[in-house]
Amino acid sequence: MRRREDFPGSDGSARLAGRVALIGVAVLYLTLFLLLPLITVFVQALAKGLGAYWQALSDGDALSAMRLTLTVAAISVPLNTVFGLAAAWAISKYEFRGKGLLLTLIDLPFAVSPVISGLIFVLVFGARGWLGGWLGEHDYRVIFALPGMVLATTFITFPFIARELIPLMQAQGRDDEEAALSLGAGGWRIFRTVTLPNVRWGLLYGVLLCNARAMGEFGAVSVVSGHIRGVTNTLPLHVEILYNEYNFVGAFATASVLAMLALVTLGLKAMLERSHPELRAGRPGDLVPRPPQAAAP
Amino acid sequence: MSRAEDLPVLRRPRRQQILPGFGLTMGYSITYLSLIVLIPLAAAFLTAAKLPLAQWLHVLMAPRVLAAFRLSILASLAAALVNAVFGLLIAWVLTRYEFPGRRLFDALVDLPFALPTAVAGVALTTLYAPNGWLGQLLAPLGIQVAFTPLGVVIALTFIGLPFVVRTVQPVLADLEPDLERAAETLGAGPLLVFRRVIFPALLPALITGSALAFSRALGEYGSVIFIAGNIPLVSEIVPLVIMTKLEQFQYGEAAVVAVGMLLLSFAMMFAVNAAQLALQRRHQARR
Repeated sequence: MRRREDFPGSDGSARLAGRVALIGVAVLYLTLFLLLPLITVFVQALAKGLGAYWQALSDGDALSAMRLTLTVAAISVPLNTVFGLAAAWAISKYEFRGKGLLLTLIDLPFAVSPVISGLIFVLVFGARGWLGGWLGEHDYRVIFALPGMVLATTFITFPFIARELIPLMQAQGRDDEEAALSLGAGGWRIFRTVTLPNVRWGLLYGVLLCNARAMGEFGAVSVVSGHIRGVTNTLPLHVEILYNEYNFVGAFATASVLAMLALVTLGLKAMLERSHPELRAGRPGDLVPRPPQAAAP
Repeated sequence: MSRAEDLPVLRRPRRQQILPGFGLTMGYSITYLSLIVLIPLAAAFLTAAKLPLAQWLHVLMAPRVLAAFRLSILASLAAALVNAVFGLLIAWVLTRYEFPGRRLFDALVDLPFALPTAVAGVALTTLYAPNGWLGQLLAPLGIQVAFTPLGVVIALTFIGLPFVVRTVQPVLADLEPDLERAAETLGAGPLLVFRRVIFPALLPALITGSALAFSRALGEYGSVIFIAGNIPLVSEIVPLVIMTKLEQFQYGEAAVVAVGMLLLSFAMMFAVNAAQLALQRRHQARR
């Protein structure tokens, strides 16, 4: 990474007008397209005052949506964390055939539309799906219930943590672990005392992004939830229902909670990137499928 | 370049896989991958395969489905092009210039990644509705955004911006300043330096970023459905068609449209990877 001052034309004297114009266009674009929608959320949420805002948030359905969102994330994120650690260990510590294929398969959910991510679970577990009959006989619901929402969310956020850990652990190699092994440590102990401390910031970074997506996922969860108020409504689905009922203060009050979650995520992410630049280096676009390593001369 | 393997004397002993846990971690990874991703995805293909070919054609050639595919592809393309232009400009400004609030705007670029799509959807709709802040300004010009295909493009542009910026930014930051200085010394003006020195180096990243923005836009649902108005044949995207068929319990038809979409997405993913490999090879050959 080079500093701005290294490049010609940034010495402060030349081409001031062009620079100001470019900065102006960029700032205007970011303000119009990104900042304004964000501001809209809070302005609309508070359109009828703090009282109405607070009332909308303390509504029973809103609270149960919050609870369900937290529950889904609390199951999906740990599942994908364990997978991320296992897959990163297998891929970074050993050589085996088909590693490239495995990496591609891990990335697969990135290429799948959220609606299709929900659809596939309906095809397996729905009333007319593969296991629908059997589940019906045993009176167990997956679709239109918590298990389906957890499955769809887990699918959507599947690659997040693995994708963060694999390049990190590949770059770190296995010297530390082999040293620990030669000193007599067992596999579990090596993992706990050597590997985990080595990757903790990358892991935290992955969990942060995975959690943000898990709590904010809309399309996939929408397909499998059935939109039962107070029962299978997550926060994003609650936004949709209220909005379609023209309850704009309620919809935007709920949306503002999710927007704050996004802002906290971005803030923590920026902090992590500043204190640990390696988290960002070489991995442009954290949620981008298959980190592009474009060739620079 | 001489590699250690080419020199027998220096060759390190072949590393053996001595760390424990390969069976456990690999077995767990494959099992979990199969249960969460592969088997459910196979369900879409197998369900669709149960329908006869004639039914496939009937589903995919229906005017409503065709119109949805056309809108999804064209709107995603338009959004990717807008993002290619402004994403490049924003990446340039954030990487090369210092100005008040730069860090804040830099962090803001990731907002579409972090903001739940439903929130983006309702916010954009409110902004661009005829009585919204931006809709009010556009209405006298005869431009209607909300509930038209233009609304779809706006939402997809919002979603795609970070892909281009975050792909171009690191390449731009790692460019060799000497090249630009050399070109300047030889008398090239800033535009010529950009066109002949900087742009060619950025092109692979720019194409990759735009392709990623395009793929993401193809499947996008949450941010689009509110602003699109979802008028069949006019402003209905493919994911919504799948959703509608599902709500009518037409599982087979939903699976057929989904498979069409998946094949398109996988082809895009494959093309991006292949293009990147080719560009990298060409670049290495030139070195």
